[in-house]
Amino acid sequence: MLILRCPYCGLNGEETELSPGGEAHLKRFGPGSDDASFEAYLFLRNNAKGVHFERWRHAYGCGKWFLAARDSATLEVYGTYPAQTSEPPADIFARIADRGRG
Amino acid sequence: MRRFSAFAIAREALRHHEGWGRTWAKRPPKARYDVIIVGAGGHGLATAYYLGRNFGITNVAILEKGWLGGGNTGRNTTIIRSNYLQDPSAAIYEKSRDLYETLSQDLNYNIMFSPRGVIMLAQTHHEVRGYKRTAHANSLQGVSTEWIEPDRVKELCPIMNIDGPRYPVLGGLWQARGGTARHDAVAWGLARACTDMGMDIIQKCEVTGIDRDGGRVTGVQTTQGPIACDKLGVVVAGHSGVLAQMAGFRLPLESVALQALVSEPIKPCMDVVVMANTVHGYMSQSDKGEMVIGGGTDGFNNYTQRGSFQHIEETLRALTETFPMISRLKMLRQWGGIVDVTGDRSPILSKTPVDGMFINCGWGTGGFKAIPGSGWGMAELIARGHSPLTEAFGLDRFREGRFIDESVAAGVAH
Repeated sequence: MLILRCPYCGLNGEETELSPGGEAHLKRFGPGSDDASFEAYLFLRNNAKGVHFERWRHAYGCGKWFLAARDSATLEVYGTYPAQTSEPPADIFARIADRGRG
Repeated sequence: MRRFSAFAIAREALRHHEGWGRTWAKRPPKARYDVIIVGAGGHGLATAYYLGRNFGITNVAILEKGWLGGGNTGRNTTIIRSNYLQDPSAAIYEKSRDLYETLSQDLNYNIMFSPRGVIMLAQTHHEVRGYKRTAHANSLQGVSTEWIEPDRVKELCPIMNIDGPRYPVLGGLWQARGGTARHDAVAWGLARACTDMGMDIIQKCEVTGIDRDGGRVTGVQTTQGPIACDKLGVVVAGHSGVLAQMAGFRLPLESVALQALVSEPIKPCMDVVVMANTVHGYMSQSDKGEMVIGGGTDGFNNYTQRGSFQHIEETLRALTETFPMISRLKMLRQWGGIVDVTGDRSPILSKTPVDGMFINCGWGTGGFKAIPGSGWGMAELIARGHSPLTEAFGLDRFREGRFIDESVAAGVAH
């Protein structure tokens, strides 16, 4: 079972406590943007096999949105971080670089 | 290829069955093909089969990173139906169901198509309205389905409890010519027919790169070396995003795990397929007597062919109310497959930004039923550049807002 630590309340939440929210760090394109950007924002996804940055909500806990870095090919979790970031923090990248060296 | 017939069985019986030969050939890849199909699952093999049968294109290789039919073709719950709401869906799924009717004869290989009938249960008033609407739409589309009342549901499937306190059966959408087929046999029969036409099926050959020259595909890099081609068809379900990335574009879909399970074998007790979308479960009985049960998808991206246990629990918990007798059944095994799900829950059969490269993906949780129809349309798309069956399923529909919205029509289960 997937277990993620909520960065706000610090609790380890099981998958049943959490709601998945899809790919993280999407750049929003709204009215006035060109068709290609709007399509990319609404529909196109990296769907990475490997490191995947994604949104989760601690639905049956504190109720807040947070972000997670997870490997979609191994189910390894590299860490979670608050949603108010435009890109993953450096320590997450360090953990991703360290993977497999355990 | 030696044809199967009653005469052939009698002849082989007299000589210790030594004359059957291989079902499909094992050959090393050639340096170049007219068409390369990536993915030797049902859809890839059907595409190759109809390229040869309908268009005479037989210089074709089908590349498979694992083994033939070892992906979702070998992992699904084998349900065949065509009771979709939207016109383009009804057209391609009904074409497919119709092709399944005679596929054993066409392939000279028994795929065990069993048109035993499919009931989609309505267990909420919302579903009653939805399925009545689908039945009306189907009658306009020439798809034979009907709305049936609860007593008819009980008559068709006596082991069902239709008075459940939480999810009473309020009726159902009945497709009498829906049913099941033997999933492995579909892959094996198509592979045999492809070999017979001189095509090469190359297993354990993973595509690692897509070669392009001036925006046009020229070949693929594989674990068995480079192979050149004029046209490339990518038919790899869950890994479509990975292949698209190799060709430099993204797709409007995400890959998630979908699970199924089977019980221990029991005596025949259920001769129809029942789908209960409200509780995310569907069930049929295999020829071996196992109850074949499918559940819902996980909500997060996953390539591991393993799903979360709570979905199995949820499916069984809900199904035991409608089928009380399965509460005492032991479950034999459970497995997962990676399904590629689009936003409108409809597939993509399309040209791509790379000239000469075509993609067939996004079948999500319901690809098995579509294998012959998808192959028929995809072959026409590759051979002619357009097909009436596939034109509504292009990649451009997302940008243009022409969704084929089946997520409401079909609920979650397929």
